[in-house]
Amino acid sequence: MKEETIQKLGAHIASSVLKQPNRVISPDHALISSGMIDSFSLVDLALYVEDTFNVHLDDSELNKETFDNLEQLAALIEARAG
Amino acid sequence: MSTFSRLLLDSYRDCPDKVALTVLLAGQPDQPITYRKLVAGAGVWAKTLERDGIRPGEVVILILQHGLDLIYAYWGTILHGAIPSIMPFLTEKLLPERYRADLSALVDITKPECIITYREFEPEVRAALPTDSSVRRVIVSDELESAAAMEVTASQGMQRAPDDIVLLQHSSGTTGLQKGVALSHRAVLNQLESYSLALHINEEDVIVSWLPLYHDMGLIAGFLLPILRRIPLALLSPFDWVRSPVRLLQAVSNYKGTLSWLPNFAYNFCAQKIRERDLEEVNLSTLRAVSNCAEPMRFESHQAFLNRFEPYGLKASALCTCYAMAENVFAVTQGGIDSTVIIDEIDREALQSEKAARPAVADRPSIKMVSAGPPIRNVQVKVVDEHGQALPDRSIGELALRSDSMLTEYYHRPDATHKALMNGWFLTGDYGYMVGEQVFVAGRKKDMIIVGGKNVYPMDLEELAMEVPGVHPGRVVAFGVFNESAGTEDVVIVAEVDSEDQQERDAIGDAIRQIVTRGSAVALRHVYLVGAKWLIKTSSGKTARGANKEKYLKETAEI
Repeated sequence: MKEETIQKLGAHIASSVLKQPNRVISPDHALISSGMIDSFSLVDLALYVEDTFNVHLDDSELNKETFDNLEQLAALIEARAG
Repeated sequence: MSTFSRLLLDSYRDCPDKVALTVLLAGQPDQPITYRKLVAGAGVWAKTLERDGIRPGEVVILILQHGLDLIYAYWGTILHGAIPSIMPFLTEKLLPERYRADLSALVDITKPECIITYREFEPEVRAALPTDSSVRRVIVSDELESAAAMEVTASQGMQRAPDDIVLLQHSSGTTGLQKGVALSHRAVLNQLESYSLALHINEEDVIVSWLPLYHDMGLIAGFLLPILRRIPLALLSPFDWVRSPVRLLQAVSNYKGTLSWLPNFAYNFCAQKIRERDLEEVNLSTLRAVSNCAEPMRFESHQAFLNRFEPYGLKASALCTCYAMAENVFAVTQGGIDSTVIIDEIDREALQSEKAARPAVADRPSIKMVSAGPPIRNVQVKVVDEHGQALPDRSIGELALRSDSMLTEYYHRPDATHKALMNGWFLTGDYGYMVGEQVFVAGRKKDMIIVGGKNVYPMDLEELAMEVPGVHPGRVVAFGVFNESAGTEDVVIVAEVDSEDQQERDAIGDAIRQIVTRGSAVALRHVYLVGAKWLIKTSSGKTARGANKEKYLKETAEI
């Protein structure tokens, strides 16, 4: 379940944020602190997460305090869905 | 002619309990600031500057986050008669070393006498200053004089003359920081007068802004215009807005906002990124002018914004345009007030190959140009060729302007001042054309990328990327590619590398992203790695950005 979430998130970021659809992002790769994802993409990501995983997120809920890699983001989504 | 201090103190005397602005920060209750409170808050800073031996006419750089300290310190510097200039605060994205280099560049050219910042940031500021620096004092925000027993009306700002410089405006990027636009009281007040007339400012008006105060659009339209002319202002933080764009619309509803200014990308961002459920209480029917400014304006962005928010009361007539620059204080033109914004559909090929804006004909590719409107009163605009000769209507040339609100100079840069002015006309560096009084902006002369309203110099980014091991020195090019969906430019870097190994290439790509983001606070949309000798150079060995962009677009068309 978590692996699947990580895989989906990774594929979304690779194709829509990085424009590198074939890129595999490892679960512990820093996303925000590395500059890979900026504030604008975070708003985008929050909308994608809501639509895809059917969880409720507030606008500013996704930020560098709440996650910095796919593993942490997936955990956040699972906690929310549970 | 009055001055900033006189106007502020007039309001303090005439209507001390009128709310000058309301500061809206996430997680805090809205804070109304009356003129009494504003002058009291500013007075503390004026007195502190005096205590610390800063003299009227000296330059004070403000390095503070968006909020009350920044607002009070700005007006305190004015009341003291000194010259404020805001430097963006260090963001988490940017490397401290890079920020230090930017600050050093600014100090080197502008030679400020004082810097105001937070105690915890003071070491960072000091580290940026050379030993023989012009900066005599670094004032920290928790070491202020008490305001008690201060007679604000005796403040030194009252002694300033209309032609004295009142503020400096720096633009972003290392390159931009080296030119501080110096503006006089007279220039700013002339602009506010003409611009208020162009906007038909009236008693009902309320300005709502989320724009940063270090940017001319935020500082002039979203801060000085309302406060000096007693137009109520609801001021949000850019950081809050970027995380939650609906805040702007909620503020318009709550404060019955009538006027706002947005860069083009914000129309798309709001239209795409706001959830239906967050709009339930939103009512935009009070908005009468939302002016698109600071980056190329797109018809499609206006349409997307209107389609999304018409159900919430947004009127089509509220969509306005504006062409502005710090060198003219702010607005050069304003469209959409006296009539709806004019759209000029022109022939795409003639625009590119003949430098002419010919009306479109059937069956040929066309492009919809959005008029920036006519020049505001007291501003004249003309289109000139490379010899400075005026061009007729519908010919593309460089836009030049003349007004009573122009810069005094680029501060301590007589060379740059001389270069920008031609017989009293300011050469804007933008390409465009006119049809009657209507001004259309079609591009820019310099290789500059505008992303989200922020000016980015490709050279700055290229130099950063070249620091990455594995990248060929001198074999990097950066440029902007317009993104229809985002309504702004994406920043792309093409770099030559030797490695054929995918993992190694990914690592180099990541390293380029990281170094560029942390060195410039610009997020790269695409890092395109290529083999040796991919880049096209000019005969003199310079990187031809336009040609490389074409090549990139052709190669990546299928992605």
